[in-house]
Amino acid sequence: MGHITLPLLTQVLLSGVLIGLIYALVAIGLTLIFGVMDIVNFAHGEFVMLGMYGAFWGVAYLALDPLVTLPLTALLLFAIGVLVYRLVIRKILAAPMLSQIFATFGLMILLRGMAQFLWKPDHRLVSHSLVEGRLTVMGLQFGGPQLVAGAGAVIVTAAVWLFLNRTRLGAALEATAIDREAATLMGIDTGRMFALAWGIGATCAGVAGVLLSTFFPIFPEVGANFILIAFVVVVLGGFGSVAGAFLAGLIVGEVEVLGGFLVGPAYKTALVLTLLLLVLLIRPRGLLGKA
Amino acid sequence: MTPPVKFSAFLILFAVTVAFPLVVSLPTYQNFAILVLMVAQLGVAWNILGGYAGQVSLGHAAFFGIGAYTSSALVTLAGLSPWIGLVAGAGMACLFALVVGAICFRLKGHYFAMATIAVAEIVQVVISNCDPLSGAVGIYLPLTPRGAAAFVFSGKAPYYYIALTLLAASLLVNHLIARSRVGYYLRAIKDEPDAARSLGINLPRLKLIALAVSSALTAMGGTLYAQKELFIDPPSVLGTQLSLKIALVAILGGVGTLWGPVIGAAVLVAIEECSRIFFGSSGLGTDMIVYGTLIIVVAVKSPSGIAGLLRAGVQALQARRRPGVAAPQEVEERA
Repeated sequence: MGHITLPLLTQVLLSGVLIGLIYALVAIGLTLIFGVMDIVNFAHGEFVMLGMYGAFWGVAYLALDPLVTLPLTALLLFAIGVLVYRLVIRKILAAPMLSQIFATFGLMILLRGMAQFLWKPDHRLVSHSLVEGRLTVMGLQFGGPQLVAGAGAVIVTAAVWLFLNRTRLGAALEATAIDREAATLMGIDTGRMFALAWGIGATCAGVAGVLLSTFFPIFPEVGANFILIAFVVVVLGGFGSVAGAFLAGLIVGEVEVLGGFLVGPAYKTALVLTLLLLVLLIRPRGLLGKA
Repeated sequence: MTPPVKFSAFLILFAVTVAFPLVVSLPTYQNFAILVLMVAQLGVAWNILGGYAGQVSLGHAAFFGIGAYTSSALVTLAGLSPWIGLVAGAGMACLFALVVGAICFRLKGHYFAMATIAVAEIVQVVISNCDPLSGAVGIYLPLTPRGAAAFVFSGKAPYYYIALTLLAASLLVNHLIARSRVGYYLRAIKDEPDAARSLGINLPRLKLIALAVSSALTAMGGTLYAQKELFIDPPSVLGTQLSLKIALVAILGGVGTLWGPVIGAAVLVAIEECSRIFFGSSGLGTDMIVYGTLIIVVAVKSPSGIAGLLRAGVQALQARRRPGVAAPQEVEERA
């Protein structure tokens, strides 16, 4: 194991925070969709994958930096989220839970297959981005991409939180989450709210994908890496809780990075998943979830 | 179908499957048939838990891998026959299933599905880092001695018959469970868990039985795979892709139906092979596009899968032939 020094430990802790912020952003979309309509989106990792490819093609075809094309990618992902709702999810709202699991599961396989068909299974990288380079502060090293990604994740998460808590539309969304029928009686178009939840959910995942694209390989099945972690974050934070997902994202980031550092990098995923099992057993409603 | 028709259809099916390797000697086609049988068997095993108890497992590769690794380790480390390994693997998977069940059955629906993914991933990580089991490198099984006792054959036909026997046994177990008291209880759990509990049905115990049987059969499939390929490594026998495939077969074919997974396996393997022929070895993802679309269609239109669609089609045809009998849909409309 060697010796663990304080600067080294701080460095590891900070890496955990930075990746944790991204995990939180991915998970917020998932938790939002679940909170509003009780459907778990098994295809959520694929939205991250689409965001990454959006960034990649922006660089490849338009020679524009992922950060420059970010608004466009975000809009595209919003449209994809709404489209998925309109074409598939709307039809299984009243279906048995088994059908709901299968539908998003099928969507996951379909999107992966399409990415493989259209863009080949190769690993691709975005190089020479605006955020390249490192920053050294008080002996601590920060990768530019990671730092910008962490900051971006905080901004988007804060924006989603403000939207939900400070706007009328956000309040309508929350109302739909709490009681669908009461919301309908209050004149809220719940169908539109569901579509909105899918739009925002996909956007969050897609933006996370764009932010990741500058330091993570891009390939059709990359979503598999994130969906499991997003599940853990959502469960730990409490299904439907955006604040919970933020907090849980940081914890999961630390468990992965710090745990991987202490136990061995080969076990980092196993540690995160053990955390999932523990939470499911000890506190199934999560940190900030409603009972 | 009337009972005599059903029985003769069954006899014909039996004769065709038994005669297949005698008539078709091309290894490619034999291999295709073996694949269908093996995949179907896994789907049938999955269906005992997923179909009858309504517990969606997305981690069945764990049981498959435990079966494959137990028999392979017994062969390479202890020099025991894979046939002993087949039974030992099923036993190991059963034990593991009891532990997993004790933990995961406290969870419902989506949560259960997620927990099974987590369990399978953890098993894969642990075995990948386990040196006595050759870790990530995998285990090569000895090519000799050959023969029935060693479970190693030079031709394809013996594997075909073993796969067929295993599938037939799994179907029989499935049929017996469906007809037994346990089967009715399991369906009650799936449809109305609260009502079932209020009638005094011991839910956790029944789910555990379903999981144990399902995992033992899956593990046997794992041993067969190991002996057929003579090489296993964590991604091939414990990977997420395999877990998804096992679930896929049953979902596509028909969850909770006896023959659904067999239909699902034939469709799935055919799609896989076709996309390989037309688009090269990687398949370019076309197989996934077709599966994905099919699953979504099944989820939206017919939760009972291709088997359900076929049954509805047959019923509609019969109704048209015999004008006196109304199609089920019409009956519902009249009621």
